[in-house]
Amino acid sequence: MSRSPLPENPGWLPPAQTGTRQDETSARILDIAASRPPASPPWRNPGLIGAERWSLASKLAELWQYRELFYFLVWRDVKVRYAQSILGIGWAVIQPLVPMILFTVIFGRVAKISSDGIPYALFSLTGLVPWTYFSNALNDSSGSLVKEVNMLNKIYFPRLIIPLTSVLGRLIDLVISFVLLFLLMAWYRTMPTPWVVLLPLLTAMAIITASGLGLWLSALAVQYRDVRYGLPFVVPFLMYAAPVVYPTSLIPERYRYFYAVNPLVGVIEGFRATLLGSGPVPWDLIGIGAVSALLMLLLGSVYFIGKEPVFADVA
Amino acid sequence: MTMSHTSITVDQLSKRYRIGAKQKKQDTLGGAILDLARRPWTNLRRLRNLTTFSDDEKEDDTIWALRDVSFEIKSGETVGIIGSNGAGKSTLLKILSRITQPTRGTAAVNGRVSSLLEVGTGFHPDLTGRENVYLNGAILGMTRNEIDRKFDDIVDFSDVAKFIDTPVKRYSSGMTLRLAFSVAAHLEPEILMVDEVLAVGDIRFQKKCLGKMGEVASQGRTVLYVAHNMPAISRLCQRAILMGNGRVVQDGPVHEVISTYLNSGLGTSAVREWPDLAQAPGGDIARLCAVRVADEDGEILDAVDIRKPFRIEMEYEVLMSGYVLLPHLYIYNDEGVCAFGAQDLDPEWRGRKRPTGRYISTVWIPGNLMAEGRFFVDANMIAVEPFIFQYWSRSSVAFMVTDSLDGDSSRGDWTGHMPGVVRPMLRWTTRHGQRVAEGAATAAR
Repeated sequence: MSRSPLPENPGWLPPAQTGTRQDETSARILDIAASRPPASPPWRNPGLIGAERWSLASKLAELWQYRELFYFLVWRDVKVRYAQSILGIGWAVIQPLVPMILFTVIFGRVAKISSDGIPYALFSLTGLVPWTYFSNALNDSSGSLVKEVNMLNKIYFPRLIIPLTSVLGRLIDLVISFVLLFLLMAWYRTMPTPWVVLLPLLTAMAIITASGLGLWLSALAVQYRDVRYGLPFVVPFLMYAAPVVYPTSLIPERYRYFYAVNPLVGVIEGFRATLLGSGPVPWDLIGIGAVSALLMLLLGSVYFIGKEPVFADVA
Repeated sequence: MTMSHTSITVDQLSKRYRIGAKQKKQDTLGGAILDLARRPWTNLRRLRNLTTFSDDEKEDDTIWALRDVSFEIKSGETVGIIGSNGAGKSTLLKILSRITQPTRGTAAVNGRVSSLLEVGTGFHPDLTGRENVYLNGAILGMTRNEIDRKFDDIVDFSDVAKFIDTPVKRYSSGMTLRLAFSVAAHLEPEILMVDEVLAVGDIRFQKKCLGKMGEVASQGRTVLYVAHNMPAISRLCQRAILMGNGRVVQDGPVHEVISTYLNSGLGTSAVREWPDLAQAPGGDIARLCAVRVADEDGEILDAVDIRKPFRIEMEYEVLMSGYVLLPHLYIYNDEGVCAFGAQDLDPEWRGRKRPTGRYISTVWIPGNLMAEGRFFVDANMIAVEPFIFQYWSRSSVAFMVTDSLDGDSSRGDWTGHMPGVVRPMLRWTTRHGQRVAEGAATAAR
């Protein structure tokens, strides 16, 4: 008599269960028993635990191998951000719109700050669109590791994904606020210059800056929760350190290159030059900002990767 | 699958954690204010030191969660890891699944690993069941195609098909758990590491999970299983590793290791003795001296093979002669359900007045009677005619019944859960006919 792995209907089961779920379970189990374990993809065999070596290339390769998880986490981030809210994605419009109105009244009408001859509302919104993206991305990513501490404690994946998810997830908001910006440009009958092709590059600069700072701050926040309390003070300060409410032309010439170390200066002035034609494309500001942004990304990732092994122990 | 291939090699693995050192309390107001002012600096030092260790091994605010742990697991082996809380089981699993890094030592893991330290990692309450299946699947390492392919199976298995497009926050906790487990159950790893995932959820679902794991183990996949559930371990694993204070205490056949563990510190073991008669339970007539669980040869036994007979001995001293005594036992399972009571029916002493002296009453429990699991024995004594209570020693000893998967116990070839406090071997017959209904009618006539 051949012994089947499982009796088809184990006699001791109460009648209510027999024939329905238990059989399904058995069938499913037999199914799996018949299947062979799949061949292991090479990345499931990373080196010896306790003697790992990493290089930038290996980290990038790992990110690529976990791209589906990356994709799903970004998707989750977008999906749940405005869940159970009335305005939903409308908040992505309100976030730059309300400060624009405020700044137009205070800085444009009352303080009469120069806007390089551009209507102040348009001037400030062009600055606020990349700025709002940057500050939201920075806020989200710097708190992301602490927020996902449960995942850090329960599952392995490249931790770089977590802060980067927040930076990329906010891009949807950026796209929506671009729509607002284009509507306002149409209202003021402003045509973008041909240099508008630089827009993706400028956006990439904002992404890189937010990633670099986000990686550094998120890793720092795992160990020092002060980051969470300090950031709300620092972010508005950073806004006034970028030409959001005033033009760069107000900065004395000799400080301008130092000023441009903040990559947002190049980004915002680049936005204004390419979209509104406020002046020639400020290659010098963009160039300095790009170098500075890449440096931030490099230092941020190195700090992050260095701290990565202890996240689960400290968080 | 060749048995010689090594799945997991752990070599001298050690892990040190820093636990918060006690902060000095200031007695005076001035001291307290000064302390408050200094606090940021001490905090900085403390937080910084969380991840740095000096070479001084005796630093008092660090602990070694693991210490020089070494073992090897062959491909296809199912190994249970047991030990009390804080023994280092979870830390070991965390290192092997790369969640945390060892302080010293190395480990090599060869094969596609799935580690389940909990089910439902990454579940988001605002997402629907469907969305969470995809998300959780990706988190556990499934590809999108794989999830697409298994999606219907996952939903069927979980029993929440009707609510699959409802946000998970509207689910009952049981439904969420079932869905989460279903995703985990459809992983196809070469090496599965599980940490007490089954400690959550209703009993029936737990049993379903166990059955599932048994199947994974029986297909030549490597399983590393951490749990407190001894019957499950003894059924699923051939081998067990007992850990204590971060070290490997014993590594060997599952029954031996479980027996060591049960003897080591749970309080109730297979033998209990009261050397001092004055302190022993009992009245004026009889006092309890010892209770033992032993095999046929009289060897003390913590883990009893379900197929083998064993005995429970009650040793007692009769202090006053002239009474008819009735030694008896109650046997409970670990859920507190009484399996049965048994009283001394030895014809030699039945209804007979006993002289003083030392007695040992032994009851023989046949093989294939008890269900698997842990049982507790109450040892009791009354005098009859007149009725005088003597002692009722609750949970005086405990033992563990283990069922094998050899197929010759009453579980046959079934690997899953079997209900009940007893598991007798019964005779079954089958009648087979083309038309059963007619056959039954004929028999009735």
